[in-house]
Amino acid sequence: MTKREMICVSCPIGCAITVELDDNNEVVSVTGNTCPRGDKYARQECTHPERMLTSTVKVEGGNLPVVPVKSASPVPKEMLFDCMKEINKVSLKAPVNFGDVVIENILGTGVDIIATNEVY
Amino acid sequence: MLNYDLVVVGGGPAGMAAALKAHEEGIEKILILERADTLGGILEQCIHTGFGLHYFGEELSGPEYAGRFIKQVYETDIDVKVDTMVLDISQDNIVTACNNFDGLLQIKATAIVLAMGCRERPRGALSIAGSRASGIMTAGTAQKYVNIDGYMPGKTVVILGSGDIGLIMARRMTLEGAKVKAVCELMPYSGGLTRNIVQCLEDFDIPLRLSCTVVKTHGKDRLEGVTVANVDEHLKPIPGTEEYIPCDTLMLSVGLIPENELSKNAGLELDRVTNGPCVDEYRETEHKGIFACGNVLQVHDLVDYVTEESQIAGEGAAKFIKGEKKTGDYIKTQGTNGVRYIVPQRINKETDKDAKLYFRVGQVFHNVKLVVKCGDEIIISRNKKKMTPGEMEYVPIKLDTIKGLPENSTLTVTI
Amino acid sequence: MKYDVAVIGGGVSGALIARELSAYDISVVLLERANDVAMGTTKANSAIVHGGFDAVPGTLKAKLNVEGTRLMPVICKDMNVPFRNNGSLVLAFSEEEMQTVKKLYDRGIQNGVSGLEIIDGAKVKELEPHTSDEVVGALYCKSSGIVCPYELTIAATEVAVTNGAEFIRNCEVTAIKDTGDCYTLTTTVGEIEAGYVINAAGTHADEVARMAGDDSFEIINRKGEYYLLDKSYGYLADRTIFQCPNPMGKGVLVTPTVDGNLLVGPTALDVDGKDDTDTTPEGLEAVIAKALKSVPEINLRGAITSFAGVRAHPDNDDFIIGWSEKSDRFINVAGIESPGLSAAPAIAVYVKELLAQKLALNEKQSFTMTRPAPVRFRHMTASEREALIKKNPAYGRIICRCETITEGEIIDAIHAPAGARDVDGVKRRTRAGMGRCQGGFCGSKVVEILARELGVEMNEITKFGGGSKIIYERTK
Repeated sequence: MTKREMICVSCPIGCAITVELDDNNEVVSVTGNTCPRGDKYARQECTHPERMLTSTVKVEGGNLPVVPVKSASPVPKEMLFDCMKEINKVSLKAPVNFGDVVIENILGTGVDIIATNEVY
Repeated sequence: MLNYDLVVVGGGPAGMAAALKAHEEGIEKILILERADTLGGILEQCIHTGFGLHYFGEELSGPEYAGRFIKQVYETDIDVKVDTMVLDISQDNIVTACNNFDGLLQIKATAIVLAMGCRERPRGALSIAGSRASGIMTAGTAQKYVNIDGYMPGKTVVILGSGDIGLIMARRMTLEGAKVKAVCELMPYSGGLTRNIVQCLEDFDIPLRLSCTVVKTHGKDRLEGVTVANVDEHLKPIPGTEEYIPCDTLMLSVGLIPENELSKNAGLELDRVTNGPCVDEYRETEHKGIFACGNVLQVHDLVDYVTEESQIAGEGAAKFIKGEKKTGDYIKTQGTNGVRYIVPQRINKETDKDAKLYFRVGQVFHNVKLVVKCGDEIIISRNKKKMTPGEMEYVPIKLDTIKGLPENSTLTVTI
Repeated sequence: MKYDVAVIGGGVSGALIARELSAYDISVVLLERANDVAMGTTKANSAIVHGGFDAVPGTLKAKLNVEGTRLMPVICKDMNVPFRNNGSLVLAFSEEEMQTVKKLYDRGIQNGVSGLEIIDGAKVKELEPHTSDEVVGALYCKSSGIVCPYELTIAATEVAVTNGAEFIRNCEVTAIKDTGDCYTLTTTVGEIEAGYVINAAGTHADEVARMAGDDSFEIINRKGEYYLLDKSYGYLADRTIFQCPNPMGKGVLVTPTVDGNLLVGPTALDVDGKDDTDTTPEGLEAVIAKALKSVPEINLRGAITSFAGVRAHPDNDDFIIGWSEKSDRFINVAGIESPGLSAAPAIAVYVKELLAQKLALNEKQSFTMTRPAPVRFRHMTASEREALIKKNPAYGRIICRCETITEGEIIDAIHAPAGARDVDGVKRRTRAGMGRCQGGFCGSKVVEILARELGVEMNEITKFGGGSKIIYERTK
C-alpha cells in the first residue's frame, strides 16, 4: 500500500488530496477532496495522467522563424519529452495556417500536433 | 486631422474586444492603434493553452484566442493601424501618434478607449546587488525570444517570482532543453495559479522555494550564478541562509505594472493600488469620454475577464458617443481588511444594469466570509473556502440593489 | 600599423585627448580594451562638473578642475552634449560643519572658483525645498554643473574619428616594448607601433605603466555605488546636493542628471579588483541611508537601476599627468579620480601641450572640433517630427516606448563614427532601454536592429561585448 499527496487543480481552492494505492497501483481511496471533480482528478493523475503540450516548430521562408503548436488534446504526461523530440524534427514551409496538422498521431497517441498561429 | 467616433489605443485582447463591442452597438468610425506589427498584444507570445475556458468553453493557446478576435476585427470596417505608437492624448481628446508610413498622425476622437496593457517590473526596481552581467531578463522578454524569435535565452535558469509568467516559462524552458534550477518566491505563498504550480513545476521536479529571494548576481560578462537566501517575516534576507546556485540566466517574474504613461499625460488620476485609472461601472475614467480596460486598468489573471471587462468599456464608449450614457450621483466603492482594491471605483446610481465588483486580496484566506456593506448594512455575504492574491475575484451587485442605495453612499467589500 | 601617437584607454580622458590631437597633422590611434568607449569609470560616476573648491590649492587637481569646469560648457556646446549649469550646495547640519563650509569657501577662493557664497538654512530651503529641515547652512557654488559623461566621451571619439584618428575596440594592451625610437604594443588584436604612447588606462594605468618599465605609482581601486531614480523623482533636487566631508566619511550626493533622473551616491570602498563593479547589499543600503539625511523624501520605489563604478585613486592623492620617469615618449594620465570628469577638457589641453614639447604639432588643413546634433525625436515639436519622418520614415517607428526613441536614432547610433556595436552602446547613445522598463520591451528589438544593421545573426549581438551574449542558439 502506498500513499500519494497532490493538490487538485480543478478549481482555485486547490484541495490537498491523499490517494491510497495498492500494490498493483490501483486506487484504493481518495480523501481530502471537497467535490467529485477532485476525486476524478486524483484518480486520473494516479492512473493515466495527461497534459496539453505546446511548443514551436521551425518554419522556412515565412515572416517568423517558428510557429507555435499544441497537441489537439492532452497526451500522456510521461511522453512529453518524447513528443518534444518529434516536434523538434519537423520543418515547415510557409505559409502555415491556424489548425494545420503539423504531426499526425504523434507517437501513436492518437493526438495530432496542430499549428496555433499563422506564418505567411 | 483625422476624425473618429472611437479611437482604441492598443490592439491586444482588451482593445479588440472594446472595439468589436462598440461596433456591435452601432458605432461606425472606429480606429485601433497598435504599436506592435500585428494585433493580438502579449497573447501572441503566450503559446501555452488555458485561454478561453470561460469565454469560449475551450482550451485555446494565446495566439488562437487572439486570432479569433483578430479575424472578427478584420471582418468589420474597423480601421486598424499597426506599428503605430501613440505619443500623446490631449485634454480635448486629440490623439497624436506616429508610424513609418503615415508619419505623424493627429486624430480627433469623440471617445477613447485606453487598452495599453501592462509591463513587467524590471530588475532595477528590486535592487538586487551584484554584477551587470547579461542573462538577467524579465520572463516576458525571455518568452518573446523563445516563442517568437526562436532563440534560447538561456540554458541553466533560476526564476525569481512565482507569478504565472514565471511558472509558464519554467515549463517552457524545460521542454526546450534548459535546466530550471529553482523558482524563488519572496512571499510565503505563490503568486501564480495552483494549476500552473502543479503542471509547470511539480511535473518537472522544479523546486519552488517560498520566502526566498535572490540577493546577489555573479559573473562578469554573462551571468554565472546567483546567491539566494531565505527571508524573514519582514521579507529581509536571513544571514547564514545564503546559497549559491550556478546558472546563466535569471528570469524575473516579479509583478506587472499597468502602462499608464499616456493616461497620466491625459491628466487621469490613478488608483494607488491598481496603478490604473479610476473608473465607473462602464469603465469610464474621470475624464469624460475616455475609457480604460484590460491590464492597463487592473492586472488580470485570466484573459477571459479582460474580454468581459473590455466589452463593458466598448459598450460604455458606444453609449457615450450616442449620448445615451447616463450621468448622475455616484456610489463609491472601497475594499478593506484584506480586500486591496475594487474596480470599478464608483458606480453611477442611474446605471442601467447589474455590476460586478472586481478585487484582489492581499494574503491567502481560508474559510472566510466575504461581505459587501453599505454603512452598517450587510448587502451581500458569501462564504469563501479559499482566496489568494494570485486570483482576481468578484462579487455581482444587482441593478435593484444599486438603485436602492442611499445617495452619496459607499459600498465596502470586506472580509 | 604605425602611428605617431597611441592613446591607451577610451574613457573621458583618452577620448578628449584623442579629439584634441586629431586637429593636428599626426596619426593618432585610440585603443580601447572593451567593445565601446566609456566602459570604465566614465560610465559610472556622479556626472558632476565640480566648482573646484574641494581640491587642495596648488595641486594639479585644483588647477585642472577649475580650468576644466570653465571649458566644459564650451566643448559640450560644440559637440552637442547635454550640460547644465545647475549649481551645487554643500549642506551643513551643525555649526561644526559650518566651519567646514567656511574652509571649503576659503579654499575655493584660493583656487579661483567663481560664484561661491555661504548661505543660511532658510536660503537653502528656498533654493532646494526638499532638503532636510536639519540643514543649518550651506556652501552655494553657482559655477558647478552636470554633464552626461558617456555622451561626452562618445562625442569626443566621434570627432576624433571624423578628423582621421583611428579607434580600435576590443584592443587590450598586454605588453609594451620600447624599440628605441618607437613602441611596439602587443594587443589582443595584434601588434601596434607608436612613436608616443599616452597612458589613459584608468584603474589599469599602473599596470600599463609597469609594462613600459614605469613603476613610480600605484592605483588604488575605490568603488562607489549609486542608485538611479525615475524621472518622476527628479523634482527632489534641482542643484547638486553634497554633504560636508566629516570624520565618518565623505557623505553622498543627491543630484539631478541632465536627463532629469535623480542620482544618489556614491559609497567609497577600496577594493582589490580593478573592474569590481558589483553592487553590494551593504553599499546600496548605505547610499540610501545617507541620502535620506539630505533629502528625506527620497524613496526606493523610484529606483530604476543601481550600479557601481571603480575610481582610480592615485597613491599620492593628486592627478599623475606628465612624462614618465622612464621615457620621454610615454605620458601618464593616471589617478584621474574626482574631479577627473570636470578636469577632463583641461587635461586634454594639458597633454597636448606636453606632447608639443617633443612632437611638432601643426594644425591639419581641415578638421572639426564640433559634432552635429544627433536626432532627438523626444525633444522635437510636432512639426519638426512630421518633417523628420517625411525625410526618413525610420524616425516614425518608435522602438523604446519609455524614452520615445525611434528606429532612425538607433540606426544613426550604429552607423556613427565609432558607432554602437552592442545593446548597451545603443542605450548610451540613444537612451533606448534607459527608461522605467529598462529594456523589457525594446531590448529584443534593439538586438534585431543591431543584427540587421551589422549583418550578423541575432545571437551574435552582446550586451556589452566579450562574453556578454544575450541569447544562445536557435531553438529549432
